[in-house]
Amino acid sequence: MSGPVPGATGSVRADPARPPPRRAARYDARSLAIAAASTAIVFAAIGLVVVNSPGWERVQRSFFDWENFFESAPDIVARFEVNVRLFLIAEVLILFLGLILAVLRSLPGPVLFPVRLLATMYVDLFRALPGVLVIYVLGFGIPGLRLPGVPNDPFFWGVVALTLLYSAYVSEVYRAGIDSIHPSQAAAARSLGLSQLQAMRHVVLPQAVRRVIPPLLNDFIGLQKDTVLVSFIGVVEVFRQSQIRQAATFNFTPYLATALVFLMLTIPLARLTDWLVSRERDRRYATSVRAAGQRARRGAGGVR
Amino acid sequence: MAGDALRIDGLWKSFGELDVLRGIDLAMAEHEIVCLIGASGSGKSTLLRCINLTDPIDSGRIVVEGREITAEGVNVDVVRRRIGLVFQSFNLFPHMSVLDNVTLGPRMALRRSRGEAEEQASALLERFGLADKRREFPDRLSGGQQQRVAIVRALAMDPQLLLLDEVTSALDPELVAEVLNVIRELAGQGMTMLIATHEMGFARDIAHRIAFVDEGRILEEGPPEDVFVAPVEARTRQFLQRIIEAGRLQV
Repeated sequence: MSGPVPGATGSVRADPARPPPRRAARYDARSLAIAAASTAIVFAAIGLVVVNSPGWERVQRSFFDWENFFESAPDIVARFEVNVRLFLIAEVLILFLGLILAVLRSLPGPVLFPVRLLATMYVDLFRALPGVLVIYVLGFGIPGLRLPGVPNDPFFWGVVALTLLYSAYVSEVYRAGIDSIHPSQAAAARSLGLSQLQAMRHVVLPQAVRRVIPPLLNDFIGLQKDTVLVSFIGVVEVFRQSQIRQAATFNFTPYLATALVFLMLTIPLARLTDWLVSRERDRRYATSVRAAGQRARRGAGGVR
Repeated sequence: MAGDALRIDGLWKSFGELDVLRGIDLAMAEHEIVCLIGASGSGKSTLLRCINLTDPIDSGRIVVEGREITAEGVNVDVVRRRIGLVFQSFNLFPHMSVLDNVTLGPRMALRRSRGEAEEQASALLERFGLADKRREFPDRLSGGQQQRVAIVRALAMDPQLLLLDEVTSALDPELVAEVLNVIRELAGQGMTMLIATHEMGFARDIAHRIAFVDEGRILEEGPPEDVFVAPVEARTRQFLQRIIEAGRLQV
């Protein structure tokens, strides 16, 4: 009567060479098919409702005029170059200035209090102000002073305004990254005789920056979109260009073209951000699982 | 002579209201090995951190090789270059290879060229059986290997004094020996070491002197055979009794 009890665990153990169950894979394929079918049905239903609703023709004429679309698209795509240039120049400056601000705010010691205070004031100020306001004040206000040697090119002031605004946000992202690195890392670097700045440069920042790449990319999606604000001070970029076309034809389709251009740029960047976030999470999860395994083994060793 | 390598006079250190070190006096000769024993929270780690100038002290003085390092105007970075500190939790730099971990200090603090630093680091890694790990990143190594790398990283600065802060406490039991063997080898070469440890058997073997730290003071110190076998103070006896009951020390 005391023989092995037949049961689930017993049978699994009895045959270690048994192949793993295929149920999971079959389930995956089936749920994929269901998801595809239900998505197709839902979207088709939405499409039918929209196309058959009263006033759809007027909407179509005003927003989805394909002739107008193909006429204005080349202009709009060409003008997008101005936004890309704005974005690229501002982004480099923002990454640089934001990092400097974050490092200044992270420096310890009473002597450096005014430095920290100034950096904090800067961040508080430019995070609080509406972007359009800063762009207006710089783009119209400063050229209006007619100071000798000061440029009055609106593109220049657009870059300056976006850099001031976004470096405040980005410095906070960097600072969160710096704060997330355990102080023992800086302590280890300092114990080797590295100076405060060397420890920051070689030990803390490389780890901090790696950690904040996803939130940085997120801010840059915002920056890409905010490049259109520069149109308010007279830069003819993609939004201004579509406005010009819209005014000429009384048709809103040029805005659709502009919207598509932005979608094509920001959606891949958003997916890249998601991918980086999930990779970072997997990496940390793997590390914590390994640590837990080590702890468990240590616990078992103690019992032995 | 005692005090040649390290002399501490009346060291006080508090964190807010809490007095962690309450008048520490300690003298170490060149090539001497002193083990600090005592309960967790007695102040051993804080003492080591104070000697490395990681934590500022409140009063007293610390003299290393005849120079007071706690005096006004001393360049802490210069002091730290000659005092190695190895941490309980290794604190390797996870974004750098083993080789870069070891060469960072010499390259940055001692301004050695990369080639020179790597040559020296490779020789050290070779000596401690880590030559094949040069290109690995710390998270690919076992705890014992990581701690050995951390010791090599401290040695690469050619320290005149090595401080070891419970370097085996975070290790799996089967990995403790490899780290202790590294320390034994260093002892054989005459490295001056101040070691905070819970490994009583190891302390008894390796130390020239044992200092029992209790509530921020060195309550009792002497050769291991005296402190472990015939402790004078009641608190030392109590502490050792608990260690023996836990099976961590055979008498």
